[in-house]
Amino acid sequence: MGGKHYLPLTDQDRKEMLATIGVKSVEDLFSDIPQQVRLQREMDLPPALAESEVLKHLNSLAAKNKHFNNCVSFMGAGVYDHFIPSLIKHITGRSEFYTCYTPYQPEISQGILQAIFEYQTMICQLTGMDVANASMYDGGTAVAEGAIMGCGATRRSKALVSSSVSPFYRQVLKNYFNSRGLDLEEIPLKDGHTDLDELEKKLGDDVASVILQQPNFFGLIEEMDGVADLVHNHKAVLVVSADPLSLPLLSAPAGYGADIVVGEGQALGVPASFGGPLLGIMAARSKFVRQLPGRIAGETVDSEENRGYVLTLQTREQHIRREKAASNICSNQALVALGASVYLAAMGPQGMREVAEQCLQKAAYARESITALEGYESVFPGAPFKEFAVTVPGNPAELNKKLLEKNVLGGVDLNPFYPELKNTMLFAVTEKRTREEIDTLVRELEGWK
Amino acid sequence: MRKSKALIFEMSRSGRRGYSLPSCDVPEKLVDELLPRKMQRSEPLELPELSEVDIIRHFTELSTRNFGVDTGFYPLGSCTMKYNPKVNEDAAVLPGFALMHPCQPLETVQGALELLYNMERGLKELTAMDRFTMQPAAGAHGELTGLMIIQAYHRHRGDHKRNKVLIPLSAHGTNPATVSMAGYEVVQVPCDDRGLVDLEALKEAVDDTTAALMLTNPSTLGLFEEEIIPMAKAVHEAGGLLYYDGANLNAIMGYARPGDMGFDVVHLNIHKTLSTPHGGGGPGGGPVGVKERLIPFLPVPLVDKKGDEYSFDYDLPNSIGKVHSFYGNFGVAVKAYTYMRMMGAEGLKQASTDAVINANYLMSLLKKIYHVPYDRICKHEFVVSAKPEKKKGAGAGDIAKALLDRNFHPPTVYFPLIVEEALMIEPTDTEAKETIDAFATVMEQISKDIDEDAEKVAHGPYNTVVGRLDEVRAARSPVLRWEKDKD
Amino acid sequence: MKYNIIDGVKYTKKHEWARQEGNIAVIGLSDYAQDKLGEIVFVELPDVGTEVEAGKGSAVIESVKAVADLYAPVDGTVTEVNEDLLDQPELINSDPYGEGWVYKVEIKDESQFDELMDVPAYEKFVVEEDEE
Repeated sequence: MGGKHYLPLTDQDRKEMLATIGVKSVEDLFSDIPQQVRLQREMDLPPALAESEVLKHLNSLAAKNKHFNNCVSFMGAGVYDHFIPSLIKHITGRSEFYTCYTPYQPEISQGILQAIFEYQTMICQLTGMDVANASMYDGGTAVAEGAIMGCGATRRSKALVSSSVSPFYRQVLKNYFNSRGLDLEEIPLKDGHTDLDELEKKLGDDVASVILQQPNFFGLIEEMDGVADLVHNHKAVLVVSADPLSLPLLSAPAGYGADIVVGEGQALGVPASFGGPLLGIMAARSKFVRQLPGRIAGETVDSEENRGYVLTLQTREQHIRREKAASNICSNQALVALGASVYLAAMGPQGMREVAEQCLQKAAYARESITALEGYESVFPGAPFKEFAVTVPGNPAELNKKLLEKNVLGGVDLNPFYPELKNTMLFAVTEKRTREEIDTLVRELEGWK
Repeated sequence: MRKSKALIFEMSRSGRRGYSLPSCDVPEKLVDELLPRKMQRSEPLELPELSEVDIIRHFTELSTRNFGVDTGFYPLGSCTMKYNPKVNEDAAVLPGFALMHPCQPLETVQGALELLYNMERGLKELTAMDRFTMQPAAGAHGELTGLMIIQAYHRHRGDHKRNKVLIPLSAHGTNPATVSMAGYEVVQVPCDDRGLVDLEALKEAVDDTTAALMLTNPSTLGLFEEEIIPMAKAVHEAGGLLYYDGANLNAIMGYARPGDMGFDVVHLNIHKTLSTPHGGGGPGGGPVGVKERLIPFLPVPLVDKKGDEYSFDYDLPNSIGKVHSFYGNFGVAVKAYTYMRMMGAEGLKQASTDAVINANYLMSLLKKIYHVPYDRICKHEFVVSAKPEKKKGAGAGDIAKALLDRNFHPPTVYFPLIVEEALMIEPTDTEAKETIDAFATVMEQISKDIDEDAEKVAHGPYNTVVGRLDEVRAARSPVLRWEKDKD
Repeated sequence: MKYNIIDGVKYTKKHEWARQEGNIAVIGLSDYAQDKLGEIVFVELPDVGTEVEAGKGSAVIESVKAVADLYAPVDGTVTEVNEDLLDQPELINSDPYGEGWVYKVEIKDESQFDELMDVPAYEKFVVEEDEE
């Protein structure tokens, strides 16, 4: 019945083992649990299912959901429908990778350790940073930990975050700061971009971290010229949340002076999975390496000078430094990082550039086509990378309902996050969208209202 | 058989590629028209260039240099490396789960919400808690979420002087690290000579500055905290709350529930107890459950059901907010849910039974050979001290390396900190008696090897793809990325 | 004695040593402490000008899998730090009382030296610690 075949002990085994232990019954093994806290009944859970039954049940649940295979998605806001090359699942599906734990024993974990080392290198190549860790949970927690790193490095306790940073990330950041007793202030928007005059006004010698996003939540490219100088003049740290898929086209954050680069790596071949597992990216200049949270793989040699890899600089981490650790992170998203490395290797510099350019071209085409319609207007000036905000002639939820009839997942309504933006939607257009799909969207929008 | 493996960068050949895109089918403009030149990348992009077959072979070879649960016995203490059922993996990759956007309209995600709702019901029954959030992406993330909830509760009551969290010395390192992340101070509580939390010391330590006691039960020594009821009473009477670290829940499913022991907040490691794989470090899942009075402080959104319709509830005015960009590691929750449905109440209880039988059986075999400092009935794991072996010249870490040569993954070593030269052994429920017997035989052989030639054991392993790696060199002169110019 | 305990310096119960040179105290880690820590891989030094307080953490010494605070033996203002340790932290292992010194302070209260252990007292202390 059910999953008992995962349990290899037979009744005869149990009997023999209890005899070896020197107890009469299983009950004797649980006699240390006080009767008052013993559950005096069986748990009330649905009956066990056989594998065929469980698959039927899960298929029926999955069938109730719309998804990227039966809809055309224009949803973005941090999670995107990019194409995922087939080879990724064949590699992350190798059980030597997915059934291992954190590589505490390097001699039998060279596979995952080398893969992490390669991932770290590729993240550095994309961002221009010197070091990267093995991953954080997601973009939101990476932003929060990046801002906290800045506090640790400067021994200050205040951060400034632009309102153009994803509201999903800011919610996490706010919560982390509030709990720890750190101060957080938002830099307002100016035409959908960070108001740099306001940043300058708010920057004082009490600020540890300044957090910007590139491209920002509205898909717009932030002006980064001079920002790092401004931040560094106050001995604060510039934290940039970057979409890694934009980096083949956009300046590497190191180039404009970022100290810490964080971000959401979902665009790198990671299934959207209803928002998780995602991939938190974390990279920094080498002078911040001791503040870096999480696992880091490093190169070394064995006694015969064979090259190998180990988890290193572990004194930063919770299992050694305990209450003085850089972070409490232990489990991360290593398997997702492995998948991202496979994606980056499969794309290579040329493929990455092409994906980024197609996002740019297709988003531009879609924005131009949509804003040519009556009632649809571009909200902000400036260059979008792969998503853009437009006002629509009515309620976004109703529009999405109508689009859904044509199996189109429409845009994200911005009003819950920016109350001043009414009837405004964020549409994302990845390299995966075809002209025909974009034209269908435009046609449906045109016919609405 | 010793050999290094080329890095992917060293195999790169300019002009090769591992994927081809369809050509762009919209009218194209010059990039310069769409993107101001000064914002464009001027730095070279040095990613590797390989064909698809090169990439597959590279990572396939890497996978052969790796040991997982599917490779062999993995008794890594407190990590619950049980078998990861394959049907879990099949369920999680169904397009109706894996290819959903988190911002989709509610009517398009009913199946996902139903799964989360059902899963929450299961977790509530498993732990005797009143509500759960699935947002935390890992155990440590759950700990932080739990402490944030506790903090919000005290603050909401205007009780601002509670700035300390009590933690026993046997606790996982994540506990004290989490306490600091939440802005609290750690107060260490000693253990008595039975290895249990010293109740008198705990009573001494609690006062009106105690925010919470964080406890793993059974502890990292594999021992059930028998005095949990008076402990809970002492903390509650002082106005503090009890936090249950669910790392070791695999010992007691169906036998006892944290909520019935007096715990107010619980996190589960679904990548341990509920069989989802660890993936070389993650993704995991750390759902957090709370008692009724703490529900108002849970992260938003919660999953609700009205009639046959499922929805997200954001209307929680005192919520701590969010701890994850979206709803946590949903894909991992699908796997854990699949496992729970496969096991049912009886199966989960049997899993705990077998985990405890396996641990006690292995302990009874090993205590003939090794020193077991807390020699009493254990739960899912137990701790051996290799202090005598260390005196002979080969300690816990060396025994671990000797196990590598015999195709076993070693136990957790040098933890918990209260046992010198600790080997923390957790066989789990999914191992056969023959496997445990074979492991005990090998441990006996290693003990003999130490008696004969400790020096040799201290320099292992000998049969792995690389020998013992120089961790001192890795830490003194860190090389954390490959660089082109170096070669 | 398994450990090198030298004359001319005084010891703390946390295994630091201090040597008085006029109004300056040179501070480091004892041979016993470096042996227990194992191979040292990183040292976090205080900034020159920092006020250190006897018994309080003033520097951090790390091996691969352990972190130890170096507690100041006496009060004082840091006048100099051993920057060689940044590249060669192993000097603490090879020469704990010489090239492996950690920092120097200007002494505030000479009488604090009286509270530290001399060689016989420290030898006795180390033997007791080692037996535990």
